[in-house]
Amino acid sequence: MNIDPARPGLQAGDPTALPLPAANALVVQLRQALKSPPVFAAFLIFGAVVALAIFAPLLGTSDPVAIDPARRLAGLTAEHWLGTDAYGRDTYSRVLYGARVSLIVGLGAMVASIVLGLVIGVIAGYFRTADSIIMRVMDGIMAIPSILLAIALVSLTGGSLVTVLVAITVPEIPRVVRLVRGVILNVRSEPYVEAAVSLGSPLHRLLLRHMVPNTVAPLIVQGTFIFASAILTEATLSFLGAGLPTEIPSWGNMMADGRMYFQLQPGLVLYPGIVLALTLLSVNVLGDVLRDVLDPKMARKS
Amino acid sequence: MSETSVQPVLHIEDLSVGIADDPARTVVRGVGFDVRPGETVCVVGESGSGKSVTAFSVMGLLPPDSLRATRGRILLDGEDVLQASPERLRQLRATRMAMIFQEPMTALNPVETVGRQIDEVLCIHRDYDRRERRRRVLEMLAAVHLPEPERIFDSYPHQLSGGQRQRVVICIALILEPRLLIADEPTTALDVTTQKQILTLIRELQRKHNTAVLFITHDFGVVAEIADRVVVMNRGQVVEVGACRQILAAPARDYTRTLVSSVPSLVPAPRQPNQDEIVLDVRNLNKVYAERGLFRRSRVVKAAVDIDLTLRKGEILGIVGESGSGKSTVARCIVRLQDPTSGSIRIHGNEIGRTGGRELRPLRQRVQIVFQDPYRSLNPRVKVGESIIEGLINYGTPRTQALERARKLMDLVGLDATVLQRYPHQFSGGQRQRICIARALALEPDILVADEAVSALDVSVQAQVLALLDEIRVRTGIAVLFITHDLRVAAQVCDSIMVMQHGRMVERGSAAQVLTTPKDSYTRALIHAAPGRDWDFRHFRPMPAAAIQATAGT
Repeated sequence: MNIDPARPGLQAGDPTALPLPAANALVVQLRQALKSPPVFAAFLIFGAVVALAIFAPLLGTSDPVAIDPARRLAGLTAEHWLGTDAYGRDTYSRVLYGARVSLIVGLGAMVASIVLGLVIGVIAGYFRTADSIIMRVMDGIMAIPSILLAIALVSLTGGSLVTVLVAITVPEIPRVVRLVRGVILNVRSEPYVEAAVSLGSPLHRLLLRHMVPNTVAPLIVQGTFIFASAILTEATLSFLGAGLPTEIPSWGNMMADGRMYFQLQPGLVLYPGIVLALTLLSVNVLGDVLRDVLDPKMARKS
Repeated sequence: MSETSVQPVLHIEDLSVGIADDPARTVVRGVGFDVRPGETVCVVGESGSGKSVTAFSVMGLLPPDSLRATRGRILLDGEDVLQASPERLRQLRATRMAMIFQEPMTALNPVETVGRQIDEVLCIHRDYDRRERRRRVLEMLAAVHLPEPERIFDSYPHQLSGGQRQRVVICIALILEPRLLIADEPTTALDVTTQKQILTLIRELQRKHNTAVLFITHDFGVVAEIADRVVVMNRGQVVEVGACRQILAAPARDYTRTLVSSVPSLVPAPRQPNQDEIVLDVRNLNKVYAERGLFRRSRVVKAAVDIDLTLRKGEILGIVGESGSGKSTVARCIVRLQDPTSGSIRIHGNEIGRTGGRELRPLRQRVQIVFQDPYRSLNPRVKVGESIIEGLINYGTPRTQALERARKLMDLVGLDATVLQRYPHQFSGGQRQRICIARALALEPDILVADEAVSALDVSVQAQVLALLDEIRVRTGIAVLFITHDLRVAAQVCDSIMVMQHGRMVERGSAAQVLTTPKDSYTRALIHAAPGRDWDFRHFRPMPAAAIQATAGT
């Protein structure tokens, strides 16, 4: 109801008052960001991990679960580029196939938590009566430590990819819900949404056309963080023995197995560990770049 | 002129400000003027004219990574501000020059008491002891006519009203008795009655301390009220400098002429009484906001109390009031963006106040709304054409037919049909407001609600949009509910006016009646507070005494 002060930036004819960067402006900004060496390095590393995972069968690997008792704990050889583990399995192949598992878990958890979180968040943000119930449930989920919840779930149902995915997704959902709900609450009082209401727009058009698009940018950013944290949680669970079955080549499993032979073959822990760390670091760096580009308000001041 | 013999406090010479990344692009070019002690110089211009950038350059407050002074000198008592070190600037800023801003809430620290914030200035720049500082702060609070200085001293900014906050900001600015006060639209965010008080206060303190005042404003009413001399700016350049009277009465440049004559007159145009059929009939409308809290006492706010109004075909009814008067609440209830607590709203006899959901939907298209802020009224991700036809599509018009209608509407609001393919950010505020009007008209409503629809626009654009509204009214016979805080705008377009205060209607009648013979004391106060009331901007002359008498309502 305030008389809106004729602010600079909100006034007629002010050329600086452009609300959204256009799509090609985003591309330009992303290109600009890639010129910084750390970002470029992160981009290369993440690209390499994805390529290794996708083309794993073509990259001189052998069966990652094939046991060869004759060659246990071998060092670096022409046949086994990164040596073998305690069962004689090829470490190089296991690292590459482990990347597949990690990326699938990361991607799966990201998509699942964003889709579910978006739906629940929109409902909570738009329907005021549902809001109080939904948000209390979300508070409840958030109050449980996520690793604990995951371990409980896995020990109830046994370790499999689906269980691990569920175990990682559930604790992530409340964060997405909060984010989406916040955006929807903000945007529902925007004049253009109210104008659409008075134009008689049906609910689905109000939501899909005028409200939900505002959540895309923050969700993309949040998605990168979920992606990284899902990979880390999967590795943690597997390392603790509460994740995927031990024969499945995942970085967490490999480190758990290799732990006992660390003095004999430190590479069994180091190789998956280094790849895991590099992957997480590069995803987080790229996530920061996306955030700076999509959400200039949060960008650090240079 | 004898004035020139006095050494100016501020002397700006050939100032240019460029964009830091691209110094060839300038936002201010070759600006120069003087401000002498005890003098008020108003810098007037529309948005983007560079008036604020000039003021910020004087204060040394240009954002260093985006704007930079590229040429010229700014002499404050003979010292070049542009050459001063950051250290020196900081000293100058409190002791020799000070600035007050448009929005007093953001200029104050919300988590510190007012007293401490004023005290801080003294603490840094003067060697007084604690008791002496407190005495001076209280003295200053009394000097800006704040009631109960002791209580204000210990208050937080959010506990004060907008006008009181601006007084506190003035306290901070003037406590060290600077030679120069820069005021950047200091009353734009305030209600007219408060504005009047703040203007009087600035004038009073200026007289007392012989301060030079540089006053940035877009409002010629304010200029007429306080300026000694006027600097008119446009697109980063000075158009004209002259004594206030000379600029208002005999502007030399065409731009100034257009600007001055765009200021709407407070004297309502004579209008025929409207005897057409009643379109909108509101009876006993109440809106109560109840804040329920688990651990708090519930608080009840009556935003609208027993509002009655009727609107005839082709009539423009103005609802006038200050912020918090409930005028927007009434509008939003009528558009049914809010549910009224009680009362009836009838459009052509159909009750829409109580209906909801499915039954409301067909009635919605009978009344449409245009909002204040043109930058937030259009979905930035949707093409203009899609926004305009959205309503038609909602009510089942085939797409091609809807687009055809959109093209006709563009013609009606004075835009080219090709703009339908563009996105909102490609348009100026005035153009966007035209698009919003087109969108509202697409459904051929009986009633258009304009909620402060021209308040965010520059005067020249404002005049165009008002003319457009009037033209549409004549061509389509639409009834308009025009919500505004600006009496000049109301006088310009409204057939009848309803004045609201604290959620209640205090006066209602034809525009001529309300503005020339107001019965209620509040209406009179509002009219009295309108700045520049004694100047006839359109005809470049003082108001004839009779007209002032008339608008004063004795």
